[in-house]
Amino acid sequence: MSNTVLVVEDEPNIVLSLQFILRQVGFTVRVASDGDQAIRAVEEYVPDLILLDIMLPKRDGFAVCEEIRSKPSCSNVKIIMLSAKSREAEREKAMKLGADEFITKPFSTRVLRELVRKLMKIDTPQSSSS
Amino acid sequence: MSSGLVLSVSFLYLGLLFAIAHYVDSRAGIKRILSRNPYIYTLSIAVFCTSWTFYGSVGRAATTGLDFLPIYIGPTLVFVLWSFVWIKIIRICKQHRITSIADFIASRYGKRSALGGLVTIIAVVGTTPYISLQLKSIATSFRILITSSGGLLPATPIEPIFFIDSTLIVAIALALFAILFGTRHIDASEHHEGLVAAIAFESVVKLLAFLTVGGFVTYGVFNGFTDIFQRASVDPELEGLFTVSRGSGYSLWMTMTLLSMAAIICLPRQFYITAVENVEEDYLRKATWLFPAYLLVINIFVLPIAIGGRLAFAGTAADADMFVLTVPLYYGHEFIALFAFLGGLSAATSMVIVAAIALSTMVCNDLVMPLLLRWRVLNVSKNDDLTGLLLTIRRTSIFLILVLGYGYYQFASESYALVTIGLVSFAAAAQFVPAIIGGIFWKNATFGGALSGLLFGFIVWIYTLLLPSFAQSGWLPISFIDQGPFDLWWLKPYALFGLEGYDRLTHALFWSIGANVGAYWLVSLLSKQTAIERIQAKLFVDVFAYSEDANDSRYWRGSVTTSDLQQLVGRFVGVKRMTQAFETYSREKGVVIKKNKAVDAALLDYAEKLLAGSIGSATARVMIGSIVKGEIVGLDEVYRILDETSQVIEYSHRLEEKSTELEQATMQLQLANDRLKELDSMKDDFLSMISHEFRTPLTSLRAFGEILQDNPNVSPEERKQFLGIIVNESERLTRLIEQLLDLAKMEAGRMEWLLEEVDVPSTIKEALAALNLLLKEQNIKLKLDLADELPLIQADRDQLIQVMINLVSNAIKFCDENNGEIKVRASIDKESVCVTVEDNGEGIPSSLEEKIFDRFHQSQIGSAEKPQGTGLGLAISREIISFLGGEIWAENSAHGGARFSFTLPVSVKSPPKIRQLS
Repeated sequence: MSNTVLVVEDEPNIVLSLQFILRQVGFTVRVASDGDQAIRAVEEYVPDLILLDIMLPKRDGFAVCEEIRSKPSCSNVKIIMLSAKSREAEREKAMKLGADEFITKPFSTRVLRELVRKLMKIDTPQSSSS
Repeated sequence: MSSGLVLSVSFLYLGLLFAIAHYVDSRAGIKRILSRNPYIYTLSIAVFCTSWTFYGSVGRAATTGLDFLPIYIGPTLVFVLWSFVWIKIIRICKQHRITSIADFIASRYGKRSALGGLVTIIAVVGTTPYISLQLKSIATSFRILITSSGGLLPATPIEPIFFIDSTLIVAIALALFAILFGTRHIDASEHHEGLVAAIAFESVVKLLAFLTVGGFVTYGVFNGFTDIFQRASVDPELEGLFTVSRGSGYSLWMTMTLLSMAAIICLPRQFYITAVENVEEDYLRKATWLFPAYLLVINIFVLPIAIGGRLAFAGTAADADMFVLTVPLYYGHEFIALFAFLGGLSAATSMVIVAAIALSTMVCNDLVMPLLLRWRVLNVSKNDDLTGLLLTIRRTSIFLILVLGYGYYQFASESYALVTIGLVSFAAAAQFVPAIIGGIFWKNATFGGALSGLLFGFIVWIYTLLLPSFAQSGWLPISFIDQGPFDLWWLKPYALFGLEGYDRLTHALFWSIGANVGAYWLVSLLSKQTAIERIQAKLFVDVFAYSEDANDSRYWRGSVTTSDLQQLVGRFVGVKRMTQAFETYSREKGVVIKKNKAVDAALLDYAEKLLAGSIGSATARVMIGSIVKGEIVGLDEVYRILDETSQVIEYSHRLEEKSTELEQATMQLQLANDRLKELDSMKDDFLSMISHEFRTPLTSLRAFGEILQDNPNVSPEERKQFLGIIVNESERLTRLIEQLLDLAKMEAGRMEWLLEEVDVPSTIKEALAALNLLLKEQNIKLKLDLADELPLIQADRDQLIQVMINLVSNAIKFCDENNGEIKVRASIDKESVCVTVEDNGEGIPSSLEEKIFDRFHQSQIGSAEKPQGTGLGLAISREIISFLGGEIWAENSAHGGARFSFTLPVSVKSPPKIRQLS
């Protein structure tokens, strides 16, 4: 029974790297490349975790976050927001709209991995790396 | 009838008049009742009906029919429709203590004695025929009465009584009477209740007398109106009397109506009795219908008496002007005739008395006093009592006016009927109309305008009406009328400048009023008002805007002590009256007047008005001016005051301008500030965009770097893919940095350009070759349409290739995903080469057409397979093209795809402009 993560990101190379990392942690990865797709994906299937970029086509990450949080079915979904802008105002806004974590690009894949594990209460496997 | 009887009845009647006046003046109670009575006032206005009305109307009706009517239609129109004119004149007279029509006009046009003098002269000359008319009627009626016996009328003029011409006796008697009557007081602006009561009584007498004769003729001789008119209609000659006279036609009617309209306002005696003697404005409102009613009643029996006379004296050469008297005599009713004579006497005396008083006031105040002052006959600084002098001047002038009237009678009036003489007078009075009506409604009318208007009008009046009347009396050769003076046909007084076909009156009025109004209007436009004129014009025209309390002096300055002022005023109005007036003033204003204190402007103004009541406003002004040290505020000073005011106005105007400038500066600052804020936020956005653009490839680089580092066991395929991504993203970062630097250099003007002759098609092909691989990968069809023989252009070849790469990669990014097609076209258009790159995608949203060339503007379409732009390509392209002197723009093609076009100038000779360092 694996956890499902929804990656919402328009930059294909970043999606690729996130897919790789999250699979390693044990997630089933779904991808949405714009805000509208993200909302449709959530309505279709409620994931356990969402990695949400802010600069998105059509609907930005803040709007998507607010929308998801307004759905009762999604109240327990963990949301980590990603931003290429490192402003403090963005972090505050994200947390206010119901994000659980906020990380700025470029991020360390190691830090991200630990963050996800902590958030999802997943034990660190002994054989994570070799 | 014996002359003794007629004489004694006449003198008894005059004595009665005097008694009435005296009685009213001496009993305060009666005086108050009568002076507060609109009916007395209205009856006094009926002084308009003179012996001309009493005898002349019947005369006119008996000869020309209804022609007598316009003389009464005019005044009726004025009172019913134009009472507002009277109200305005009355208000002005009260506020300025106006004593006469001359005073009124002089005061309006700056209190200049020249104008008052001219008005006085016109009034005297114009009234003289009118007075002579009264003398004529009294003398004639007297003669007829004493010589008639049993219906027989005297055929020839009778011998003089006491060896003197009876008319002269009448003139002297009337002069004495007018002197006794009119000069008991000095203050002409005071109300003369006694006089008004006597005049009102006379109006009652003449009305009753006329009605008696009319009633006698209508009901005593004939059987009522129907009977008379039936008899007249049988007689073909009389029938014509019921229609407007055929010969002169309607133009004469019109003229006479207009003339009488003017006369009811401008005849000196009408002005005097209606405006100066008015106690309450409200009385006039009553008079607006009562006076026309009086006119109607006195005219009811005109036609019956006229017809009666014509029937009675059919076939004889009886004087129709005397029918009122001769018809009762014809039927043997001597007492009715005597009553008719008294009526005629009352009509004549009332006119002569009021006219004489009004004219003598004008002669004294506006003619003699100013001259005495000018010639320094009168030493104003000496302390004589001048009230006696004023009285003497007035009495003398009354006497002289009547002598003049007698003189005119002797020389001219025998040859004219009563009505004709009257109309000559009316025409003279009508000359005042422009100056008066213009004066109270047109602020810009000037002294010069009024003076020249009056002068021209008066001269034409003399030439077209007065001189011909002398000629017809034999005073001037008759050829003056027939051939014109010195045989100049166009100067014929009855056909001036060849104007013929009108009656003499219409002709004269046309030319005189035309000259008058023309000069008045033209000179007013051309001349400037003095300061006093401007003030007076405003006070007259806007009289209703200034209440009576607002009598602050607007232009007195200087210093004079109260005792000086009191002495001056006392000499003209009498010490007792002066003392009373000053006490009234101090009581009403609550001011303590001290003997040796300097007088303030308000008191000076009061004193001036007090004096004006005695000697007219123009003279009063000079008198006060003579004692105010430093004279009347000179015009210079008034101008200085005005100038100061205008400077203040200008200063405040400048301040206003300054504050407007300040406002504008503030607004510009505001705009600049807004722009700065905008730039600041643009800078923030720019930095934020740059940050984003750098972080995105860096994110991939770091992520895949760490992945490869942490996972040594990734499959070789994955390793190859990840390393490929790392290389690509590194290139992207490099490209970004280069483009940013290029853009910065171009914007700063520090770009190094390598300009050369460039062949456009080969450049395009080179750019496309670089993108060939990408096009094939995306399976995009490329259509090239490059015109042959395109001229060379001056450009930097590498940069031009860069532009083409930017545009085409942009097109690749946005063209249709499955059936991508890009058209590249190059053509010559006039003096420039035009290149277009067109894709078949969704096109540019119209809102973005402007923004699309902005830095970091990225349309968010794109898939993983397509190249990632930096968001700087179009911005750089725009910089390059504009540096090369061309234009670049984006639009949607007819098929909906996006089309980017740029032009480059062909001109080889002129190198592209070098951008200035900014």
